[in-house]
Amino acid sequence: MREFNIIINGVGGQGLITLLKIISEAALIEKHDVRTSELHGLSQRGGSVEVHIRFDKKVWSPLVSQGKADLILSLESQEALSGLYYSSPKTIFLINRYQTPTFLKDFSEKEILRNLKKFSKKIYLIPASKICQKEFATDVVAGIYLLGYAVLKGFLSLTPNSIISAIKKIIPEKYLDLNIKTFELAKKYER
Amino acid sequence: MEEILKNNPGEKIILLGNEAIVRGALESGVNFVSTYPGTPASEIGNIFSQITKKIGVYFEFSTNEKVALEAGIGASFSGLKTLVVMKSFGLNVALDSLLPLAYTGSKGPMVLIVADDPNCWSSAQSEENSRAFVYLSHIPVLEPSDPQECKDFTKLGFEMSEKFKIPVIIRTTTRVAHQSAPVILEKIQRKSKIQKGLFVKDKKRFVTMPPRVLEMKKELLEKIEKIREFSEKSLINNVNGQSWGELGIITSGVSYLYVKEALKELNLSLPIFKLGFFHPLPEKKIQNFIKNFKKVLIIEELEPYLEKEIERLAKNSNPKIQIFGKNILSETGELRPEDVILAIAKLTNATYKIQNTKYKIQRKHLPRFCPGCPYWSVFTAVKKLAPKNTIFGGDIGCYMLGSISPHNLYDYLSSMGSSVGIAHGIKKSTNQRVIAFIGDSTFFHAGIPALINTVFNKSNPLIIILDNGTTAMTGHQPHPGTSVRTDSEYKFEWEGYPKNLKTKESPIKIEDIVRACGVKNLKMVNSFNPKEMVKAVRKLLSKKETSVIIARGMCALLAKSLK
Repeated sequence: MREFNIIINGVGGQGLITLLKIISEAALIEKHDVRTSELHGLSQRGGSVEVHIRFDKKVWSPLVSQGKADLILSLESQEALSGLYYSSPKTIFLINRYQTPTFLKDFSEKEILRNLKKFSKKIYLIPASKICQKEFATDVVAGIYLLGYAVLKGFLSLTPNSIISAIKKIIPEKYLDLNIKTFELAKKYER
Repeated sequence: MEEILKNNPGEKIILLGNEAIVRGALESGVNFVSTYPGTPASEIGNIFSQITKKIGVYFEFSTNEKVALEAGIGASFSGLKTLVVMKSFGLNVALDSLLPLAYTGSKGPMVLIVADDPNCWSSAQSEENSRAFVYLSHIPVLEPSDPQECKDFTKLGFEMSEKFKIPVIIRTTTRVAHQSAPVILEKIQRKSKIQKGLFVKDKKRFVTMPPRVLEMKKELLEKIEKIREFSEKSLINNVNGQSWGELGIITSGVSYLYVKEALKELNLSLPIFKLGFFHPLPEKKIQNFIKNFKKVLIIEELEPYLEKEIERLAKNSNPKIQIFGKNILSETGELRPEDVILAIAKLTNATYKIQNTKYKIQRKHLPRFCPGCPYWSVFTAVKKLAPKNTIFGGDIGCYMLGSISPHNLYDYLSSMGSSVGIAHGIKKSTNQRVIAFIGDSTFFHAGIPALINTVFNKSNPLIIILDNGTTAMTGHQPHPGTSVRTDSEYKFEWEGYPKNLKTKESPIKIEDIVRACGVKNLKMVNSFNPKEMVKAVRKLLSKKETSVIIARGMCALLAKSLK
């Protein structure tokens, strides 16, 4: 297998670090070397957050290089634009149809897509927050839904079993059921 | 959290750099840990605070880094294995006690963790390179690249400290401290209860006073030369490849990982000298390495400290060598793998093309006060009320966000506790109004001497102490105003949350300190009640003496977690 590079971005409080932990744990279960980079502190207070996950037989840099992302998972739609830095025409953009105000000039969904399409053909805008809200009355698991979607569509070369084992290890007992159900939900909506 | 305590030698688990440091300290059998929280080092203290009872290690959140270091010095002088943890700026605060510590040396093995933050991801005041403290203190510094090395170097630090009786600094950076990767576990030394040391009197060793102090300096310099011999032989200063050719690379820390990445991307094989020591450098080994190259490339973040050392060493061993470093890499901001790839490509005439570089827009969400944050109403009320031309001073904490949209408030912002000290200076120099904000933990950390100074030297800024019941920005650590220590744990006991008061003791009240500092004009307000705030500001803004408002209201994230 060749290296696999993931960028997850969104705003603070959307559970990016939980997603990072699940994916890296699943990669370790599948005997990959894995490295990640995350940021903590003030930037988390509703601001843009970006984490990096890389796996391969041997990984060196914890950061994905410019233009080298295989998958960009955006939990907030406008953040997908920040992902362009890491993208190539081969990059898959998997985007949650969900927006929060930037307190600067905000971009409409149309503008976001128009800009992304100039650089990649593989753009998937999925109403993960809406689906989770409808099914579970909370969108805190929207990232897990997108992860389920990515695995189902083969965007991420990790097996559902490894992801579920990783979820069981990372997620506290109390929320385990919700997370597993969410992960498996993509099947229902994408049949 | 349980995973970090696993006693399963040989198992590979994913750890964050900071978690690996905790694990390394536990595998070394650490006895005493002190810290003041600061990103990117905060998790180390947070983890110890949760496991201290289970593992027989004394742990404390000290009031500031200087006090944390002094607590650690006391523990080391008493023979205990000691870890002191802080971010870069913390070492500035602790510096006054760090320098004599180099002279006395440690007794019980002592490791200091100092976390730098290139790119200022979580640092407001400067892009500090703590390597510079070497030139003041002479203290040995090791620089890990990844979580495995975080664990290994922490252990090596304790071993070196034990052998040479000197504290050892482990310098991390954000991309090391907050990098996660698999780490191989070794045996952990679990103790059933907290071990006590013994302070054995030894005035010659622990008292720095002239004329002895100059002898101590001489002894320190001799000690460093012995450690340099150790550094010459150490496997963490490691040449990867042959020591001759067109181009050799010297690097350390996370930059090493980018070099390896670059060589893989460019499909090149170049000799790399990876340094685990920043100080003392293995000078002979470096001179031997650079002797037979035409060019050497030094890859390091921030200021060219390593490059300058290598320039000095090259004068003897290879004066004709061309040295590259900050002439092709930035001194500001962190390095990214593509910067290193492009730098190496440039020197080797390799081609490397980055895709999709023509995009124009990037959208970033600015951080802002959380929903339900008590600071929303405080800042809105103060801004609305204060006369135009009022000067607003900011300090270090979540309330730094008052400097960006929608409040755009602060006219100056500097270091911990400085909002009050600078306010006094402005008041003494001008006829302008000054309102200075300072958080609860920051007030305890460095605000109190400044407050006493305003009273003593008679100036009249209005100081607003924002008491949200926690050290919020770094992840909700306790401080003297919010908690009472019982046995090894901190019990949350706070004036703004009286339903909790389960212990007999109460925390140290900020209002008691303010009054004891001689402040006559003091108002207590509920942060969530803008009317109270407006009334208090009106009343105190034109007083002739120092005035203080304590705005109390719980951090929204803390309130959520207590539910």
